Amino acid sequence: MAAQAPDGPQQDTVRSLLAELWRDRLQPSRPGSGRETPTGRIMHGALFLTATLSAFVTIGIVLVLIFETVEFFREVPFIDFFGSTKWSALFAEKQFGVWALVWGTGMIALIGLAVAIPLGLMAAIFLSEYSPPRLRAIVKPILEILAGVPTVVFGYFALVSVSPVIRDIFGEDVGIYNALSAGIVVGLMIVPIIASLSEDAMRAVPRSLREGAYALGSTRMEVSLRVVLPAAFSGVVASIILAASRAVGETMAVTIAGGGNPQFGVNPLEAVQTMTAMIVQLSLGDTPTTSIEFKVLFAVAMTLFVLTLAMNIVAQWVSRRFREEYE
Amino acid sequence: MARNFFTLMRSSAPAATDVPGATRSERATPPPPNMNDDAPVGVHLDPSLDAVRHEITEPVDMALQLRNVSAFYGTFQAIDRMTMPIPQNRVTALIGPSGCGKSTLLRCCNRMNDLIPGARMDGEIEFEGRNLLDPNIDAVEVRRRIGMVFQKPNPFPKSIYENVAFGARINGYSGDMDRLVEDALRRAALWDEVKDELDKSGLALSGGQQQRLCIARAIAVEPEIILMDEPASALDPVATLKIEDLMRELAEHYTIVVVTHNMQQAGRVSDYTAFLLAGEERVGRLVEFGPTQEIFTNPLDQRTEDYITGRYG
Repeated sequence: MAAQAPDGPQQDTVRSLLAELWRDRLQPSRPGSGRETPTGRIMHGALFLTATLSAFVTIGIVLVLIFETVEFFREVPFIDFFGSTKWSALFAEKQFGVWALVWGTGMIALIGLAVAIPLGLMAAIFLSEYSPPRLRAIVKPILEILAGVPTVVFGYFALVSVSPVIRDIFGEDVGIYNALSAGIVVGLMIVPIIASLSEDAMRAVPRSLREGAYALGSTRMEVSLRVVLPAAFSGVVASIILAASRAVGETMAVTIAGGGNPQFGVNPLEAVQTMTAMIVQLSLGDTPTTSIEFKVLFAVAMTLFVLTLAMNIVAQWVSRRFREEYE
Repeated sequence: MARNFFTLMRSSAPAATDVPGATRSERATPPPPNMNDDAPVGVHLDPSLDAVRHEITEPVDMALQLRNVSAFYGTFQAIDRMTMPIPQNRVTALIGPSGCGKSTLLRCCNRMNDLIPGARMDGEIEFEGRNLLDPNIDAVEVRRRIGMVFQKPNPFPKSIYENVAFGARINGYSGDMDRLVEDALRRAALWDEVKDELDKSGLALSGGQQQRLCIARAIAVEPEIILMDEPASALDPVATLKIEDLMRELAEHYTIVVVTHNMQQAGRVSDYTAFLLAGEERVGRLVEFGPTQEIFTNPLDQRTEDYITGRYG
């Protein structure tokens, strides 16, 4: 006791210093659960803001859409919008039958899918089942670059390359602006989505399933089409729906090549107008913000939004519902 | 015991002393032999190739005759010049420690190794007078005649019915499919358990049932030979016993080759046993082949005895 006494205060200092050090070390460093420096707090706040910003923007857009759409339906009866196939918003005799636009959108999306599903699936099967790894390492990135080509380029590609061929085939009385031409380039645009996502889904099919099929004497084609493709079904369908939703939302190419003719006809060689192209047309003009033409823009945008949202939800549901668990 | 002609010939073949510039140390650890297709077989005097082959005393036909079968993955040699018969309508077990080339040998027998990039096979597997390893032989056709069951059950994500019917469908079978499916499931001892739920997904079955479904799937295409790669290693003891019983029953109609890590299993189910072992350089070689009873009670090679009695890891 006596011998330790002189060391007493010194030891206490050392101990408190150590305690100080250890307290810092032992302090949980997770934000919000302990002491935070001012810079830490600022960073924490900034990160939170950036993370929530996009969510707020989305909510804001939806709110504006809803608000303006409600305004529109105060002036135009619901039945005039959803109960008609005649659209002439910019004429004196105004008609707001949105089905003319939905039909144009649907026709172009269907033509696009008719092009993109076979091409995309064949590309996916080739890349996943046939291609040597080295070739896939080259081809897949190139395919994905195709998705990065500005859509306005596709629009002009439709006018200068696709439409002339269509006119060569179907005759000179086919207009340079037509649904088929726009649909084909939209199809080319969404091939990478289908090919890339389907290939991911097919490659995720366990090797043991392929071996099981080969061991029964299947050819590579039989393994691809009867085992791998069905096993990857959920991913493939999800990729197709995502591609369809992209086709429905596609704007620039269809504005350029579609022709701006809202109509409800089955002939793909005639000009059509999609919802997106109509929105472009309405927002480019000197439309006063109080006019009905301005408000219908939001109603059309809302229709489009609900449509693509529904498709994305269906895609998610399909991929979850039909996912096969192999383990 | 009776050494086969090839072995005798190799024993008397000159050692590879005529390789120019070869030093003694190089010869002590020779590069994997047969790397060149045109390298003469047997120039490397390798004592481990002197496999012991017991005489087959019963009158039995040979479903397969393996002669000097080697397999390579890229530059790695997995098995080295294995010569042994596979007796018809018998169960032949391939035993040996991990990495000795049992599965590789099995996968040579139905050309499954063709699917692995860089894999290459050498030698001869005689099946009905033809060499299975001949590149002109269609591997797809080989696999229709020689079926395979894998270590982990791998039913397709389809219904039980469609799993069994799969092989028949791709073969263009036009007979009574219901009957074929029922037959195959009965022979795989699964019919009574699943007859009321043939539309259920094969993946919904238990592990043991899945494996029997895979066996049913394999026998539905009427193969002559069924290769089984540790078919029970992922299963519990009860399911394992069922698979073993099934193997015995199937041996009445089919030739079965089974890879197993489990010595008791080899003893229980097989008529013939081949013991494989990989040396320092991890190249699998045949050590001893013969009737299971002789291999287990009277092994002629010390290494076989060590393995059987559990003195290997």
